[in-house]
Amino acid sequence: MLIIKDLHASVGDKPILKGINLTVKAGEVHAIMGPNGSGKSTLSNVLAGRENVTVTSGSIDYLGHDLLALEVEERAREGVFLAFQYPVEIPGVGNVYLLKAALNAQRKHRGLPELDAMDFLALVKDKMKLMEMSESMLYRAVNEGFSGGEKKRNEILQMAVLEPRLAILDETDSGLDIDALKVVANGVNSLRHPERSMILVTHYQRLLDYIKPDYVHVLAGGRIVRSGGPELAHELEKQGYAWVGDGQSGQEVSSGS
Amino acid sequence: MSDSTLEAIISQEYQHGFETAVEADALPRGLSEETVRLISAKKNEPEFLLEWRLAAYRRWLEMEPPRWASVHHPPIDYQDIIYYSAPKSQKDGPKSLDEVDPELLKTYEKLGIPLHERAILAGVAVDAVFDSVSVATTFKDKLAEKGIIFCSFSEAVQEHPDLVRQYLGSVVPVQDNFYAALNSAVFSDGSFVYIPPGVRCPMELSTYFRINAKNTGQFERTLIIADRDAYVSYLEGCTAPMRDENQLHAAVVELVALENAQIKYSTVQNWYPGDKEGRGGIYNFVTKRGDCRGAHSKISWTQVETGSAITWKYPSVILRGDHSVGEFYSVALTNHRQQADTGTKMIHMGKNTRSTVISKGISAGHGHQAYRGLVRIARAAQNARNYTQCDSLLLGDRCAAHTFPYIEVKNASAKVEHEASTSRIGEDQLFFCRQRGLSMEDAVSMIVNGFCKEVFKELPMEFAVEAQKLLGVSLEGSVG
Repeated sequence: MLIIKDLHASVGDKPILKGINLTVKAGEVHAIMGPNGSGKSTLSNVLAGRENVTVTSGSIDYLGHDLLALEVEERAREGVFLAFQYPVEIPGVGNVYLLKAALNAQRKHRGLPELDAMDFLALVKDKMKLMEMSESMLYRAVNEGFSGGEKKRNEILQMAVLEPRLAILDETDSGLDIDALKVVANGVNSLRHPERSMILVTHYQRLLDYIKPDYVHVLAGGRIVRSGGPELAHELEKQGYAWVGDGQSGQEVSSGS
Repeated sequence: MSDSTLEAIISQEYQHGFETAVEADALPRGLSEETVRLISAKKNEPEFLLEWRLAAYRRWLEMEPPRWASVHHPPIDYQDIIYYSAPKSQKDGPKSLDEVDPELLKTYEKLGIPLHERAILAGVAVDAVFDSVSVATTFKDKLAEKGIIFCSFSEAVQEHPDLVRQYLGSVVPVQDNFYAALNSAVFSDGSFVYIPPGVRCPMELSTYFRINAKNTGQFERTLIIADRDAYVSYLEGCTAPMRDENQLHAAVVELVALENAQIKYSTVQNWYPGDKEGRGGIYNFVTKRGDCRGAHSKISWTQVETGSAITWKYPSVILRGDHSVGEFYSVALTNHRQQADTGTKMIHMGKNTRSTVISKGISAGHGHQAYRGLVRIARAAQNARNYTQCDSLLLGDRCAAHTFPYIEVKNASAKVEHEASTSRIGEDQLFFCRQRGLSMEDAVSMIVNGFCKEVFKELPMEFAVEAQKLLGVSLEGSVG
């Protein structure tokens, strides 16, 4: 599904990622953990194609495509989905309108007929039940006046509607209380699928109590310094990030899977 | 744009139009009292109208073009304009769509304009045989049944001279401003609407059908009167970019709402804006004003302005009647080298009068835009209320937006609110939309349409849909 090789990337003049290697196979869920400033969000942004990040060397193969050669929207249409850490508000644009436009843009790309309003509403209402969202949220402007929890649920709703092949969840647990976290986690879990891979980017282990990853990687100083199974997350929780070092010293560990 | 280009545009018309039989029916360049007399004579106008035109002309001679607007253009040579030419003949325009600028045709296609209408809009000579002519006739019969008068201004002068005499210039006096005076002296044609007492006009009145049949020219004059308890919704313009050889457009629109009457006037203006470097394009210097003359009357202006090289217009409402209501909803977009200085005036004179102003300005490219609004509360206007909201959205870093609010309050009971914001279209918003699979252009269009939603919801339904498409097309290539 995804093969990242020796990826280096900078934001402005500042090198952030310093040689990431990661392979994600279909159906796998990988958690990327790490302290603040370790490069977690930069990695998410590189995958989604954000322009403020410059890839200086390395490669990313996604389903046989050179991912770095694709535009942001092309990646999305090929099934790369990013759940944002800070979902943006778009005043005046109905949530339902954005969702429908997005789904149809992707369906068109895949050679599928566009869904009409009736079919689309049936689909989206079904998915909303899963996220325990009220229908009124469909008709509000995108994320405008949404609570933190509502915004995150809205992100997962978009994921449920768009059915991506590779979902990157950037700090989806941040700002959620425990009830909201459970709802979001249930939603994510219901989307696990042998053909769908997920990358969970998180600072805390708590999310991983609800979404069980197949692999855990620890990012520090722009490198993956440790990889392992779910138990690695618990160890981190006990010992703290100091335990894994800052990634500058120590031996680089090639990633698992 | 230099004077020589201006000249080139005018002489182009000369080359194409006046070597033929039309020549006999066109006046030479330039403006004098003689020109005004000739225009009036050619239109077979009654004496009062000739006198009115002449008075306007004499005032115009003493006036100066306004210099306070935040727009820049070389001086216009008013002696180098042809002030009267008969309806254009077949030979003026391109012979077929094959001769029309392919860019223009592409735009029509994007806007979803039916094929037969594309030809008309592009100025291809078409005998008036297309479907809408018969539709127009049916409409006219239906309107006549209710006593509604909807005709060209020239026709109104012949058929309803008393109404014209009573109301013409009663809202925008001839000396109001330089361009209004010019228009009053030389106006060519336009629309006339009269809705009799108690009648609710059963359909949206549109200039569309009529304008396609006849070229109204560059000095258009519109007069709409809604008598007691009457209602009318009037649509002006068309979303398709209109080709026109005349660079200067100085129209005047007057609305009169008597007691308890309501006029809703919606405009979509998309005159040729010039090319990306700012060459060519229409100067759109328009005076639009409504008079809420009766108590409990209401006038709403809704405008979507995306065209023209330079726009200078301030659709205004005089709130004379007690409890009268004035509204102004505007979306103005300037891209490339376009300039717009637009806004409104709300003049509160009656008691308990209310006005609402919602202005959305979008600047892209090197676009330059100013909102200029006046809210005046006269001494007698007890309990007047105004709410103004004025938002600007910037795309890119070479465009500009300015806001010039003027507020004059002479009655202490007034309540006047002004809110303004300026924002740049968010990189975050664009990235988010694209990450969901939308193209850059669709993302921009979606965000901008969201920004304009409060105004679009005031437009009649079919107009709103067209306006949204239009914004998208007008913004193409402005980001990224």
